[in-house]
Amino acid sequence: MLFAAIDWGFIFDQTLTQVFGLNAAVYAIAAIGLNVHFGYAGLLNFGQVGFVAMGAYGMGLSITLWELHPLLAVLGGMVFATIFALLLGVPTLRLRADYLAIVTIAAAEIVRLMARSTALRSVTRGAEGLNEFIGPFREYNPFNPSRAYGIGLVDYRGSEFFAIVIGWGVAILAVLLVWTLMRSPWGRVVKAIREDEDAALALGKNAYWYKMQALILGGVIGGFAGMVDAIGKATVQPDFFVAPLTFFFWLVLILGGVGKVWAPIIGSMIYWGLITFVQNLGRQLVDQGIVPTSVMDPSQVDQIRFWIVGATLALLMVFRPQGIFGSKEEMALDAR
Amino acid sequence: MRRRMMAMTLVTFVSLAVMLPGVASAEGESVTSTIRYDDPESGEELPAVGVAITVTDANGEIVAETATDDEGTFLVELPGPGEYSVLLDPDTLPEGVVLRSPDRNPAVVTVQEGQAGRTIFATTSGEGGGGGGGGGITARQVAQLTWEGLKLGLFIAMMAIGLSLIFGTTGLVNFAHGEMIGWGMLVAYLFNFYGVAGFVGFMHDLPAPLGAGINLILATMIAIAGGAALGWSLDRFIFAPLRRRGVTLISQMVVTIGLSLVLRYLFLFAFGGVPRFFRDYTAQSAVSLGLVEITPKDMFAAALSITVLVGVGLFLLLTRMGKAMRAVADNRDLAESSGIDVQRVIRFVWTIGGALAALGGVLLGLSEQVSWNIGFRTLLLVFAGVILGGLGTAFGALVGSVIVGVGIQVSTLFIPPELKNVGALVVLILVLIVRPQGILGRKERVG
Repeated sequence: MLFAAIDWGFIFDQTLTQVFGLNAAVYAIAAIGLNVHFGYAGLLNFGQVGFVAMGAYGMGLSITLWELHPLLAVLGGMVFATIFALLLGVPTLRLRADYLAIVTIAAAEIVRLMARSTALRSVTRGAEGLNEFIGPFREYNPFNPSRAYGIGLVDYRGSEFFAIVIGWGVAILAVLLVWTLMRSPWGRVVKAIREDEDAALALGKNAYWYKMQALILGGVIGGFAGMVDAIGKATVQPDFFVAPLTFFFWLVLILGGVGKVWAPIIGSMIYWGLITFVQNLGRQLVDQGIVPTSVMDPSQVDQIRFWIVGATLALLMVFRPQGIFGSKEEMALDAR
Repeated sequence: MRRRMMAMTLVTFVSLAVMLPGVASAEGESVTSTIRYDDPESGEELPAVGVAITVTDANGEIVAETATDDEGTFLVELPGPGEYSVLLDPDTLPEGVVLRSPDRNPAVVTVQEGQAGRTIFATTSGEGGGGGGGGGITARQVAQLTWEGLKLGLFIAMMAIGLSLIFGTTGLVNFAHGEMIGWGMLVAYLFNFYGVAGFVGFMHDLPAPLGAGINLILATMIAIAGGAALGWSLDRFIFAPLRRRGVTLISQMVVTIGLSLVLRYLFLFAFGGVPRFFRDYTAQSAVSLGLVEITPKDMFAAALSITVLVGVGLFLLLTRMGKAMRAVADNRDLAESSGIDVQRVIRFVWTIGGALAALGGVLLGLSEQVSWNIGFRTLLLVFAGVILGGLGTAFGALVGSVIVGVGIQVSTLFIPPELKNVGALVVLILVLIVRPQGILGRKERVG
């Protein structure tokens, strides 16, 4: 039997751990922000990872540089994300949708380059990243860091479990916030602008300002993804925030269904389940020599995810843009 | 056709990836170098002590981290022959000393069986090497950087025309354009090193051009053809069907993103993460022309770019197809109703866009280095050039790109070189605030 050597138990355990783990929570939060941008306001944000980075660095620097209280540091992360949104929104929100796409993808990469540059090393610590901000957060950890905490079939270390609880807590709060806002008059205006900006303008709504507010809201939610990730990993690494990450969030959003409130959470769990399963299977196939190293060596297994994400993203967009739960009518697909 | 081609090239790239790491582990491979610098005060040549060195193998795995000793020398034992990249941490150089060509850091060394590979890290203290402001700015520096910028701008322009024309004729922002650049570079590299044998494994032992690499000029021609083929196939098999299905522009844009991810990481899979150089024309000494020093290859590359760009310009102005392209970009419906076959024009635009991107990629690889993700990094500059000039216009893309190229290089007089691309983005944002239609764009193009 070719597959007899595969440790299926291990793969399923890993997969389940990731489905409810820190990464899934982080991706879900980032995709909720993206849902506000693209799903509700029709803004084409191809640089969500920039907001995530701003959130993480805003929080981290608040502690390492200004020695603020952790709660104020979270506020710092929100402020950083807001500034980034203003920087991107002011020049682009009056223009066609694709200008925002170009500027966001470039700006996100610029954030990463600046953060890892030696010129700003005294502030951002260059490629090493921020590592000394986690102390104040640890004091609030109600869980025993060295103990394992289980939910059902999976368990996590206490140090990580704290971040996971925060992460899913933030994700659920963000979903509730978005749900409430989108049923409010504000949400109806935002959706009206997505459907027909001219009509909204004719009704006396300041479309530019509403779009800006949506960009800030989604960006700050994205910033929370960065903060949760930083707390969970106890570090902020500039090279975590590479451009493809944005499109992982996009896939999470589209998988679940654009414009559906809960979709990012479900999408993120599906995404992490799928990716972890494939990667672990791939790794074992290579390690066991079932796939010879002349075809693929162990370090290349991690590249599989980019192929899967790229191909799935393109195929979904063509054949099922509404994802699993979405409806096509709710999507703003026309470039304006 | 495209699928078969993709399969073929995939096989090639896989075999390429397999061939590169060392064959058998013999004894005694190592890499070594001595780093010295001129003391800015005494002018005396001193060894650079305690400079941090990181050696990684072809898969990007770290082999060793070390530092130079009291003589400025480091020696790293390697696990076997193959290609290694040696990264020097410029921060650990003595105060005021920088690398003369930071682009050559990390240095790539190919170590043969039983040999000691050598790298050279030339340093410079005080003036030159760009960076960090401080000190006076000489006319020589400005002239040299302007020349470098002009060259970069010409390369960007070549890539930008395709992007801009595709946008002009279809309304689509092609985020996979960077991969068309990378594709050209890698196809040229493949033929430059492995020749036709890259495609058929058993031909390795035959003489060139079958078994061994072919001259870069020939390889470039093949790369241009490959770029045209890629552009043609992308439209024929992906974007034309999408347009027929009525898939909206935003969906198509996300498709280009997906495509770029798949292609870029196929490049990484096939080529590996370590940047390399073409086999020909790599080490050339510069010729001094008045204020600037120019290597012959750069002069040739610049002349070629100008020729090609003028050719494209004349083509757009004088030929029937060129006029049709501009007409479609100007007003698609009007062009269609006056009898222009719009789909044919779009196919043509994709094809020459791909060819130009491929040529730009080769020239960029020649002047800097060949790497798997250079396409994406360059794409951001291409965007800046295209928007500066006016999205959708061919001549605007040219003007904007040259300005971006010169701006980026000259800006290194005032800001650290690693942040030079940040300047390009700042310009992009400013242009969008002040004149969103760009230099040569017309106002009604912008929503």
